[in-house]
Amino acid sequence: MRHTISILVENKSGVFTRIGGLFSARGFNLDGISVGPTEDNSVSRLTIVTHGNDKIIEQVNKQLNKLIEVIKVIDLTLEDHVERELALIKVSCNSETRSEIMQIVNIFRANIVDISARTLTIEVTGIVDKVQALINLLRHFGIREVARTGAIALKREYERT
Amino acid sequence: MSKIIGAQAIINSLINEGVDVIFGIPGGTVIPLFDVIYDTPEIKFILCRHEQGAVHMADGYARTTGKAGVVIVTSGPGATNTVTGILNAYMDSIPMVIFTGQVALPQIGNDSFQEADTVGITRPITKHNYLVTDANDLPRIVKEAFHITSTGRPGPVLIDIPFDIQRLEIDYECPKNISIRGYNPKYEGHPQQIERVANVITKSKRPVIYSGGGVILSNASEELRELVRKSQIPVTSTLLGLGAFPETDTLSLGMLGMHGTWYSNKAVQECDLLICIGARFDNRITGNVQKFSPNSIKIHIDIDPTNIGKVVETKYPIVGDIKRVLKKLIPKVSKLDTKSWLKTIYGWKMEHPLKYEHNDVIKPQYVIEKIYEFTKGDAIISTSVGQHQMWVAQYYKFTKPRTLLSSGGLGTMGYGFPAAIGAAVGNPDKVVFSISGDGSFQMNLQELATAVRSGLNVKVCIMNNGYLGMVRQWQDLFYNKRYSGVELKDCNPDFVKLAESYGAVGLRAENTSDVDEVLKKAMEINNIPVLIDFKIEEEENVYPMIPAGRSMDEIMDR
Repeated sequence: MRHTISILVENKSGVFTRIGGLFSARGFNLDGISVGPTEDNSVSRLTIVTHGNDKIIEQVNKQLNKLIEVIKVIDLTLEDHVERELALIKVSCNSETRSEIMQIVNIFRANIVDISARTLTIEVTGIVDKVQALINLLRHFGIREVARTGAIALKREYERT
Repeated sequence: MSKIIGAQAIINSLINEGVDVIFGIPGGTVIPLFDVIYDTPEIKFILCRHEQGAVHMADGYARTTGKAGVVIVTSGPGATNTVTGILNAYMDSIPMVIFTGQVALPQIGNDSFQEADTVGITRPITKHNYLVTDANDLPRIVKEAFHITSTGRPGPVLIDIPFDIQRLEIDYECPKNISIRGYNPKYEGHPQQIERVANVITKSKRPVIYSGGGVILSNASEELRELVRKSQIPVTSTLLGLGAFPETDTLSLGMLGMHGTWYSNKAVQECDLLICIGARFDNRITGNVQKFSPNSIKIHIDIDPTNIGKVVETKYPIVGDIKRVLKKLIPKVSKLDTKSWLKTIYGWKMEHPLKYEHNDVIKPQYVIEKIYEFTKGDAIISTSVGQHQMWVAQYYKFTKPRTLLSSGGLGTMGYGFPAAIGAAVGNPDKVVFSISGDGSFQMNLQELATAVRSGLNVKVCIMNNGYLGMVRQWQDLFYNKRYSGVELKDCNPDFVKLAESYGAVGLRAENTSDVDEVLKKAMEINNIPVLIDFKIEEEENVYPMIPAGRSMDEIMDR
């Protein structure tokens, strides 16, 4: 099963390598990884997407927690959460295909962020499946390059009434 | 607060941590540290002959004293030579702090002379490691390192110190408190879980305790003995757990696993409750996991949550420090009626004891029994890895914790002799036996110089069969006696002369009748290492044996 795990770590050099190294050393699957700062300067948040059976995921969580520079591990899969990925897709176009592509972009509520005579660069945000669906639809126009951030996620909050 | 250089700050911190001995070898990038050591009579420096030896010495020191071992080596090759020793300590959870020199900060990344990415190389084999980039961090980092290495599940911590950092002046103040927000080992077992476990134990009919190195690391030997005395549950031990429970006790089943006793493996196989304390279901213990102890409920007490559920499913895990957990568990457990279970086990003991054939050619098992007799079980025994290691585990009766040094997890040939030196340094009043094979000994024999120089009371016993014996045994049993790459006898040195050339005493035993005499002679010599070359039966095999990946059903015995 696919798991999205959010990890708060010390904002120090080498932490990223420690986590990447752990996954390769223990043979865990690493389907996606993204990292960025948080509201606290001394803390970074890594979002990892992995898959495996319950026993493996339990080990992933425990092994991550064992790292000294890991402050908190949250398996968001077990909780209601918001997940997003951002992708930039550079697709080939000409005067005939441009408007068709723009229609697709509109349907996906994506944006065109760069345009040239022969290409369009599209920015899309959404869950991983949506990003993948757009890429699939654009494929036959000829995709030049794709850059994806990998998923980031936060737990949903509910206001108690 | 006073202004001192980084190197002095490190040594001051070591003194604050109670360090009295350092093992190592100097080199270009740690000369400032050695310059401070020159003026530090509080700390003894043991000059080794190879960095691997230095790490194993610190390991032997740590295992026998319970204090973290300390190593200082230089950058590049000095650091890479420590790798085997560090991983060895990591796999056996041994507390140790390793200081490696590094090229000066501006030179890092330039492929400078004797540069290595030491923190990169050691990241997966240390509990934690640091590259110091600001000299002001030194007091905090050293304090954290000693805290991390010896608390929770112990393990080596490495500090990589660039040359220029050692010479920069800083305001030194020893930090009083440390807080590492990502590091909070859990010591107290869950009270309700302890209650539940006590109930399960009380209800069991055929329980077995499977005790490991964690009991010794947690200094919980007394508590284990009390639990067993009170409950009358038989105990089997892993290699690293030997000594936690006295093997002279009738409730001891000796070691379990691949070369464990027939009856301990049988008891684990037939039990209805397996109480694993401070062990981790290693594959040398379980063999085929699916067939391992198939009908038992598992209790697992361990300080490291990753150990729980990693190999076998555990119905009743307790995460916590073994000593504290057992202290709470003991009053809740009452005496069990294990009489008929014990009777069955004693029957197995009678039917399938450890045995070997005695004759004129020296049997290694006989030598081990004799060493036990001569030392009255009171010595520190170290082993390397291979057949001799298993014979020691089987035939020496360990009765006290911290008296066996052996490379369990990594299986490092060449571990035993330097580890024995470290143990002798830490325990000057004890006799230390380093029992090795001829192959293992030659992997770190250069440390004879270290042992002689320090005038240590180490007895080196070489079980010399002229082979890499354990591999030969596998080739004998599973590869149709096609002995490939295992013969040492055609070019072994004369070990007696070798010892003498280093200034140690060399003795030899060629026949069974010599064994008593050489051991007697060796015991009479003090403060100078003695090496005994035992010419043992060349093709003696270790039995019983459960072939790798198999189960108790396929155990091979004499």
